[in-house]
Amino acid sequence: MVVISDIIVQGVQMLLVLLLAPLLTGYVRKIKARLVRRQGASVFQPYRDLLRLLRKEVVLADNASWLFRVTPYITFAAIWVAAALVPTFAIGLLFNWTADLIAIVALLGSARFFLALAGMDVGTSFGGIGSSREVMIAALAEPAMLLIVFCLALVAGSTQLSTVSHLLASSYVGLRVSLGMALVALFMVAIAENARIPVDNPATHLELTMVHEAMILEYSGRHLAMIELGAFLKLLLYVSLIACVFFPWQIALYGSGALSYAIGAGAYIVKLALAGFLLALFETATAKMRVFRVPQFLGAAFMLGLLGTLLLFVSRSF
Amino acid sequence: MSAVALQMVCVAGLLGLAALAIVLSRSKIATPVIYGATLAVSLIALTGTLRFLLSGAADATTLTLPVGLPWLGAHFRLDALASFFLVVINLGGASASLYGLGYGHHDPAPHRVLPFFPAFLAGMNLVVLADDAFSYLLCWEFMSLASWALVMAHHREPGNARAGYVYLVMASFGTLALLLAFGLLAGPAGDYGFAAIRAAQHTPYAATLVLILMLLGAGSKAGLVPLHVWLPLAHPAAPSHVSALMSGVMTKVAIYGFIRVMFDLLGEPSWPASVVVLFLGSITAVMGILYAMMEKDLKRLLAYSTIENIGIVFVSLGLAMAFQANGLKAAAALAFTAALFHALNHSFFKSLLFFGAGAVLTATGERDMDKLGGLIHRMPFTSFAVLVGCVAISALPPFNGFVSEWLIFQAVLQSPELPQWALKIMVPAVGAMLALAAALAAACFVKTYGVTFLGRPRGTAAGTAGEVDRFSLAAMFILAALCLLAGILPGLAIDGLAPVATQILGSRMPVQTGQPWLSIVPIAESRSSYNGLLVMVFITAAASLAVYVIHRFASRALRRGPAWGCGFSDATPAAQYSAVSFAQPIRRVFGTLVFHARDHVTMPPPGDLRPARLRIELHDLVWNGIYAPIADVVGFSSTRLNRLQFLTIRRYLSLVFATLVTLLLVLAIWS
Repeated sequence: MVVISDIIVQGVQMLLVLLLAPLLTGYVRKIKARLVRRQGASVFQPYRDLLRLLRKEVVLADNASWLFRVTPYITFAAIWVAAALVPTFAIGLLFNWTADLIAIVALLGSARFFLALAGMDVGTSFGGIGSSREVMIAALAEPAMLLIVFCLALVAGSTQLSTVSHLLASSYVGLRVSLGMALVALFMVAIAENARIPVDNPATHLELTMVHEAMILEYSGRHLAMIELGAFLKLLLYVSLIACVFFPWQIALYGSGALSYAIGAGAYIVKLALAGFLLALFETATAKMRVFRVPQFLGAAFMLGLLGTLLLFVSRSF
Repeated sequence: MSAVALQMVCVAGLLGLAALAIVLSRSKIATPVIYGATLAVSLIALTGTLRFLLSGAADATTLTLPVGLPWLGAHFRLDALASFFLVVINLGGASASLYGLGYGHHDPAPHRVLPFFPAFLAGMNLVVLADDAFSYLLCWEFMSLASWALVMAHHREPGNARAGYVYLVMASFGTLALLLAFGLLAGPAGDYGFAAIRAAQHTPYAATLVLILMLLGAGSKAGLVPLHVWLPLAHPAAPSHVSALMSGVMTKVAIYGFIRVMFDLLGEPSWPASVVVLFLGSITAVMGILYAMMEKDLKRLLAYSTIENIGIVFVSLGLAMAFQANGLKAAAALAFTAALFHALNHSFFKSLLFFGAGAVLTATGERDMDKLGGLIHRMPFTSFAVLVGCVAISALPPFNGFVSEWLIFQAVLQSPELPQWALKIMVPAVGAMLALAAALAAACFVKTYGVTFLGRPRGTAAGTAGEVDRFSLAAMFILAALCLLAGILPGLAIDGLAPVATQILGSRMPVQTGQPWLSIVPIAESRSSYNGLLVMVFITAAASLAVYVIHRFASRALRRGPAWGCGFSDATPAAQYSAVSFAQPIRRVFGTLVFHARDHVTMPPPGDLRPARLRIELHDLVWNGIYAPIADVVGFSSTRLNRLQFLTIRRYLSLVFATLVTLLLVLAIWS
């Protein structure tokens, strides 16, 4: 019985992230539209877009290979599994120990690897430009991300997200300079990884300025739907990650009962709403930077992570 | 028959095959007979060592032959450490032989390859088995010369003669360093048996010198920066299955030498030594992959990527030294096991990738990636196997490369326990370098696979290629399966490595096979755990579910049409991103510093119809800074000494007389 209820809770989390992800993106878009005094599409527009894409036929380029056709599913699956392993409303779920934070980052890396390959499959220059820039951004973001993981692991003594979240939720950690630095650095990495302004512009229609969108230019129909859903999930994943590590308030403990889970879920929704609002505010207030400014942006994230880690070496109380 | 005797019989068999190959020479049956027999012998040796290692490798067996130094004899010994490396060698040997059964038919000069191939394998086996310094050095030199002969197999191809020359110089230099290292280890008494060296006390001064000499000797063979220069020249020059052996296996023999001396013979490592190893390892990892990123020759790229992986292994060994020196046994076992596991994994995927490069070379005759493309349509099986290799080497779950790198990161996270400040500050920076190397490796292999196998063909050879023979495919698929197996069942490999860690460090990682759901737990479950099998199952299940739901309930219609490309799709295949252009962002970010890279664009004025030209300037600072000046000094002094060849007989006689007088004077003053 215990195993069954465990599996149910884990399944609820998997469905929850899948269902909430488009809503978060729709919500961010809505806020951004309102901030520039536009009416904006409904927050449910991403669901409609996905359904519309799913029903359309796929137009495949003549020389697209099988890799091009399986990539949408592989990337979606990898991101979904990663998103389901990040605690949302509760910690200590059945499969949380399957992968720690390093493995979750690497799962996202797998998804990106296949997407970048798919960008090169058709053999157009736009796909190539997108892929080559995407891997450059990744090459800069991953070391920064690893230093953030170091920082967290030094504070919590673990890379297991449930353990980290549990420890940081307890009052004895308190405010730390190093955690503040890690938070800023993680925010910058999340911006870059999710192709948001100022690193990339998810709404642009000018090919030469796109990175992520140029890479997936040849996709259509259900394939595009899978990739879009993967992108929504990735945004949700990073928000959940920041929420569960830095703001683990009201997150439910494993096996603490339905009421506690409900409170956790409510708190999670509030956190998502707040994070979405702040993201929209940040994106509206900044301009996209040139591609070769991105190394400086991510270099700053890297230095913050390194500084946070070194501070912790000086004294565990920073 | 004892385990070591079985190995020696196998080695004798390999040497016999080398002789047989000379006898058979140019006959038609030589290729299948030699490779088939080598495959059989390698498999026997592999079974023997695997059984020895998996049964716990409790008691080492020794064998003494009455050859070698008259008062010493030749000692051979099979212990846990040796048996692990024998597994790597013989697995690589078996897969390369299987590959050779098919690939060897395309060789223009098989009589220049066949005798040296089994001899090379025998040499590597003997190095690992040797139990005294004299046999070790002799076998090491035998291995080097056999591989040199294989590098020179196609000596008329441009560049190969130079590659062979540089390799010979570097190999001699390495052996010289090893000779001095063993001389120091043997001490004033001059006892060259490993047992005696192990028992002796070594002063810190001697230990430091030995460290430097081992880094020069084993490091030059393994490809540590800045001693790596021969590797990207020599490894690609050999036939592809030999490249696989040199990159995937021979570098591991060098690592074996380093471990044997630094961990076993020299006794407890010291922490300052680990700082040096960590520093060199992390520089090697990042430099290796940056060189690979700039490369457009498929096999040279793979050779540079070998340098990166050697760097990763050395970082992990450096961590093991640091932890061991401070008595942190569990962390040391973790880092040491991770190093061995990564060496094993690297031998899998690097052999696989070199086989893939060989298949591409057979099918198209091209190594230049910028003339390839679109091979996924014409070589579906090869391209699938190579894709597995690329994912594995990029350290992506659920394949094996990720597991070993994950273990190394877990070891890095143990560094706060270290008492020394130098290490405390250094290890996180080294971890960041490793992460950078891993991310760059993913970028590099997106480039490799994307340019070679995806897109549209950039040349006629790539457009008309066909699939390769079944032996080659079988070898590639076996290695691809091993990459996946080691990735989803890493607990088995970690437990298999436990006897080696126990022998060398006196501690081991916790038993993994008893963990629930076959996850791996390096220290404790609350700290970190990873389950490759479940990750694999989840991804497969989620992807299949998505495919099923969409095809069942949404749409399954599909139409083929021309590429969209924003309405600009009819460009020539030359307009695709190439290996050089794909690397441009990274060249700009890292290359300006590391390679002093400059892009020169020659743009004709408007109205002029000449094409614009892009010239890329890259400087290999290691070559220009270290090797070119040495070559200059040698060249300058030999030009000066050249005059001595054209003296008259009178002058020669006076020169001889002057030398004699000087020497006698020196002797007189000396005594």
